[in-house]
Amino acid sequence: MWQQERRYIKDPSAEAELYQGRAVFAIVVITLIFMLVLSRYVYLQIFQYQRFKTESDNNRVHVQSLAPKRGLIFDRKGRLLAENISSQSLVIVRERVPDLEETLSRLQALLSIDEKEVDDFRRRLQRQRPFEEVPLLFDLDEHQIAKVAVNIHTLPGVEIQAQLVRHYPYGELFGHVVGYVGRINEREQKSLDPENYSATYSIGKLGVERYYESQLHGQVGYQNVETDVRGRILRVLDQTDPIPGKDLVLHLDVDLQRAGYEALAGRRGSVVAMNVKNGGLLAVVSSPSYDGNLFVNGISSKDYAALRDSPDLPLFNRSLQGQYPPASTIKPVIGMAGLHYGTVTPRTTVRDPGWYQLPNDTRFYRDWKREGHAARINLADSIIQSCDVYFYDLAYKLGIEKIHEFMTSFGFGVPTGVDLTSERGGLMPSKEWKKRVHRLPWFPGETLNIGIGQGYMLATPMQLAAATVALANKGQWIQPRTMQKLGELAPMPVRRNTLDVDPEHWAVIEQAMFDVVHGEQGTARFAARGVQYDVAGKTGTAQVVGIAQGEKYDSEALSLRQRDHALFIGYAPAQDPQIAVAVVIENGEKSAEAFKVAKAVMDAYLLDPEAEFGGYGQ
Amino acid sequence: MSHGEFVRQMPFNSGSSSVRANMWQRLHIDPALFLLLMILTAVGLVVLYSASGQSLATLKRQASFFTIAYVAMFFVAQVNVDVMRRWSPFVYVLGLVLLVAVLVAGTGAKGAQRWLQIGGFRFQPSEIMKLVMPLATAWFLSERVLPPRFRDVGLSLAIAMVPAVLIFNQPDLGTAILVAAAGMFCLFFAGLSWRYIAAVGGLVAVAVPIMWFFVMHEYQKRRVLTLFDPESDRLGAGWNIIQSMTAIGSGGVEGKGYLQGSQSALNFLPESHTDFIIAVLAEEFGLIGVVGLMILYLLILVRGLVIGMSAQSTFARLVAGAISMTFFVYIVVNMGMVSGILPVVGVPLPLVSQGGTSLVTLMMGFGILMAISTEQRRLAR
Repeated sequence: MWQQERRYIKDPSAEAELYQGRAVFAIVVITLIFMLVLSRYVYLQIFQYQRFKTESDNNRVHVQSLAPKRGLIFDRKGRLLAENISSQSLVIVRERVPDLEETLSRLQALLSIDEKEVDDFRRRLQRQRPFEEVPLLFDLDEHQIAKVAVNIHTLPGVEIQAQLVRHYPYGELFGHVVGYVGRINEREQKSLDPENYSATYSIGKLGVERYYESQLHGQVGYQNVETDVRGRILRVLDQTDPIPGKDLVLHLDVDLQRAGYEALAGRRGSVVAMNVKNGGLLAVVSSPSYDGNLFVNGISSKDYAALRDSPDLPLFNRSLQGQYPPASTIKPVIGMAGLHYGTVTPRTTVRDPGWYQLPNDTRFYRDWKREGHAARINLADSIIQSCDVYFYDLAYKLGIEKIHEFMTSFGFGVPTGVDLTSERGGLMPSKEWKKRVHRLPWFPGETLNIGIGQGYMLATPMQLAAATVALANKGQWIQPRTMQKLGELAPMPVRRNTLDVDPEHWAVIEQAMFDVVHGEQGTARFAARGVQYDVAGKTGTAQVVGIAQGEKYDSEALSLRQRDHALFIGYAPAQDPQIAVAVVIENGEKSAEAFKVAKAVMDAYLLDPEAEFGGYGQ
Repeated sequence: MSHGEFVRQMPFNSGSSSVRANMWQRLHIDPALFLLLMILTAVGLVVLYSASGQSLATLKRQASFFTIAYVAMFFVAQVNVDVMRRWSPFVYVLGLVLLVAVLVAGTGAKGAQRWLQIGGFRFQPSEIMKLVMPLATAWFLSERVLPPRFRDVGLSLAIAMVPAVLIFNQPDLGTAILVAAAGMFCLFFAGLSWRYIAAVGGLVAVAVPIMWFFVMHEYQKRRVLTLFDPESDRLGAGWNIIQSMTAIGSGGVEGKGYLQGSQSALNFLPESHTDFIIAVLAEEFGLIGVVGLMILYLLILVRGLVIGMSAQSTFARLVAGAISMTFFVYIVVNMGMVSGILPVVGVPLPLVSQGGTSLVTLMMGFGILMAISTEQRRLAR
C-alpha cells in the first residue's frame, strides 16, 4: 500500500508515521514472541517440574562405595597370619581424564607398566561407577611415586591413593593353608555380588582366605557425596560405614607350622597336625611352598612361571590334594576291623615265611622283609614290625566289603570336609567302584594290596591325620577344622562319627602303636630315641612303582622320583592323646625320616613351656 | 513515555518537575530508560554472584565493567545525533577494515579468531560493528526516499551482509546474526514493503526443505537434529542444554531460593555465569523470576521504540528502532537457546551475563538512545 503512495521527494511526517506504525507492530510482535519464549519456561518449570527436580537431585548426589576392612587372621596364640597394610596405588578417574588412551600410554612409558596390567585396568574400568577411582597400578615404590608426583600436574584424573592391601607376615610358611587374596578375575566377577564388592579389588583365592571369604570381606559401605560436574567432592552428605570383615582365629600355630616346615627341609611332602580333642588343625604344611604376598598385587609372569614350572610343584597343596598310598600306616585300622568283625582275635597267629599265597593261585605276595618276621605272628607284632603277610591274610579273610565299610568310617575315600579349599577325597576302592570305573570285577588279590594300604587305595595327608585322631579317640572321628573363632561367633559344631568298638580291642591296637615307637621291635624305635613323651604311631613306606614278581626293591637302581614315599602317623602323649600328626615325605624312602618330622611338630606342641600341655616328659 | 508527553505539552519550563526534567536533559539522560537499566544491572549482579559460586572477585570485576559501561553510555549520550549520522559511513568502513584485519591477523581461542591486538590494546571489531551497523544502515536509508525502492533495499542488505559474513567467518554465528539483524530492522522501520518481507519468508520456507533433502550431508543433518533434540546426544553437544533445562525445570514456580541452586553451585551447569546465566536465575527464582525479568526487558524495549517515535529525524528513528530490536534479538536468542528451543549460538543475556565487551557495547547503544531521546527535547523547547 505504501508503494502506491510513493513519492520521490522525502516527506518527514510520512516517514514518522511509517515508523510509528512499524513500532507499534514491533511491540505487538515482541510481546507475542516473549509470550512464546515464556511458554517454554512455563512448560519446563510447571509441567516438567517433577522430572527435572528428580534429575537435578541425581545430578548432585553421587553414591560412592567404601571398601570394608578385611578381617584379620590370627594363629591360636594371637599372632597375625594375615594383616592389612597401607600401600600406595595409582588410580585414575575416567571422567576427569581428557584422553584416556593418551594418559595410559604416557603412564605406561613413565612407569613401564605391562600390557596385562592395562588390560586388568580396563576390566576394572567396566564396573566403575561415575567418578570413581579405578586403580591402574598397585603397591607403588618410592621411585614410582616420585615419577608420578613430578608429572601429576600434566596428568589430570591421575592420582596416588593409599589403599589397604593384604600382607602375610609369615610368607611361605602358611602359603597353602592360609592361602592368599588376589585381584578379582573375570570369572569371579560374574559370580560375585556386584554391590558388596563394588569397592573391593581383591578376593580370597585359596585356603582360609577363600573358604571364609564372605565373612572376612565384610559389608560394603556407602557415602553420598555432593559433587560438581568434574566429580570433585564438595561435601559428604551422609555415610553408611562399611562393616569390617570378621577377624578369624585359627587353630593353627606358627610354632608347629614352622617346626613341620623346617623339619621337611625343602623335601616334597606334607605334615598335618590336629588337636585330638576338638579336631583343630594345628599345622597344615605342604612343602615346598610359596609366598602368598606374591599374589596379592598380581604375581609377575616371571615369578608365576617359576612356581608353575618347578618340578617340585610348589603350587600343589599336598596336604589336601596329594593322594598317596597310605601303605602300612593303615594297618592299625585294618587290625581294628579284624577285631571288630571278629575275623581275628588278638591271639590269632599267621604263618609268615616272607610271602603269602592265595589258595589256587601261583602268585606270591611278598613281605617287605624277605625272610619273614617270625614263624607265626600275631596282630600286635604285625603292627609293631609292620608284617605284610599277616595283613594279606587278614584282608583276604575280611573281604573288600568289610574293609571298605570300616575304612570309610575312619574317613577314607571321602573328603574330610575341612574348612579349606580344593580338597580331594582319596580313594577307598570297592567292588562297585571297580565295576563303575574300570568295568571289571574285583579280584581277591586286589583285596590283599588294600590290606597293606597299597593297590588302588589313596589317601590325603588330611585324611590320614583325621584317621589318626579317630585312633587316638578310640573310634571317634572328628572333622578337621582350621577355624577356632570367627569374630564374636562361637566355633561351628564339627561333624563327629563315633564307632562302637569294644574298648579291649582298642587297648590291643593302642599298645601295639605305642610299641611301634617305644618297643624293642618297633619300626620307629631308632628314630624315637630321646623322645620326651610317649608316642603311639605307625610307620609306612609306600611303593611308587610296581615291582615285578621275584624282583627286589633296590633304591640305588631307582631314580630319585621312583623311590618309596616315607609316611608316619601318630599321636601323643600315648596315654592322654593331645596331638595327632600325619607326615608324608615323597620319595623319602625311610619312614624314620617321616617320624622325625612328626616328632619335631609334637615337640613344638608338647614341650612348649607356654602351652597348657607343657611339661610332658620333663 | 509520560515524560515525553509531558515535555511536549509544556514547552516552557515552569514548576519543579520541569526543573528536574531539565536537569536530566542537560545530562542527556533519559530517566525512565536509565532507571530500568539500573534495575536490570542490579538484578544482573545479584544473579551473577550466585552463578559465579559466590565469587566476590567476579562480582567486583563485573561491577567495574558496569561502571566503565555506564561512563561510556554517558559519553555517547553527549554526542550530537547529527554528528553520529555524518560520521557513521566512515566508522562503518573502518569497521570493515578491522574485520578483514581480524581474519588476516586476528588472535583468539578455541579455534575462533575474534580479537585484534594493536599495541597493548586488545578488542573485538565485531562488537564495534554491532553499534556501527544500525548507524550505517540508518544513514544510508535516511538519505533515500522512504519507503525504500528495490535498489535501495538491495544496497542496504549489502551494507548489512558484508560485515555479517566477515563475522560469521571468524566464526561467530551469534554476533553475525545480531549484526545482520540490526541492518534488517533498519529496513523494516524504514518501511520495507510487506511484499518483500513475505517474499523472503516464502523463500526461506521453500529453501529449507530443499536444503534438507537435497543438499545437506547426513552428518550435518545430525548436527542440526542435535540442536533441536538434545536428548539424542546426552553427553556430547546435548549436555549443556540438558543441564540448563534441568536447572530451569527444577526451579519450578518459586525457585530453590537465592544461592540454593544446586545445578549451578555444583558446576553441572556449563557457562553458568556467562551465556547460561538465565538458567541460574530460573533455578533460584523460579518462573516468577523469569516473568519479572521478561517484564523488565519488555519495558526497556518499549521505552526504546517509543524514543524512536518521538525522534526528530528519520536517521534517529531508524537507529532507535534498530538498537531496540537488536536488544530484543539478544534476549530471545539467549532465552531460547538456554531453554532448548533455539540452537546454541554464543549470545549472552544482555546486561546480566558476565563479560565486559558486550556490556560496554550494549550500554553505548543505550547511550545512542539517550542522545536521541534528549535531542528531541532540546528541539521541542
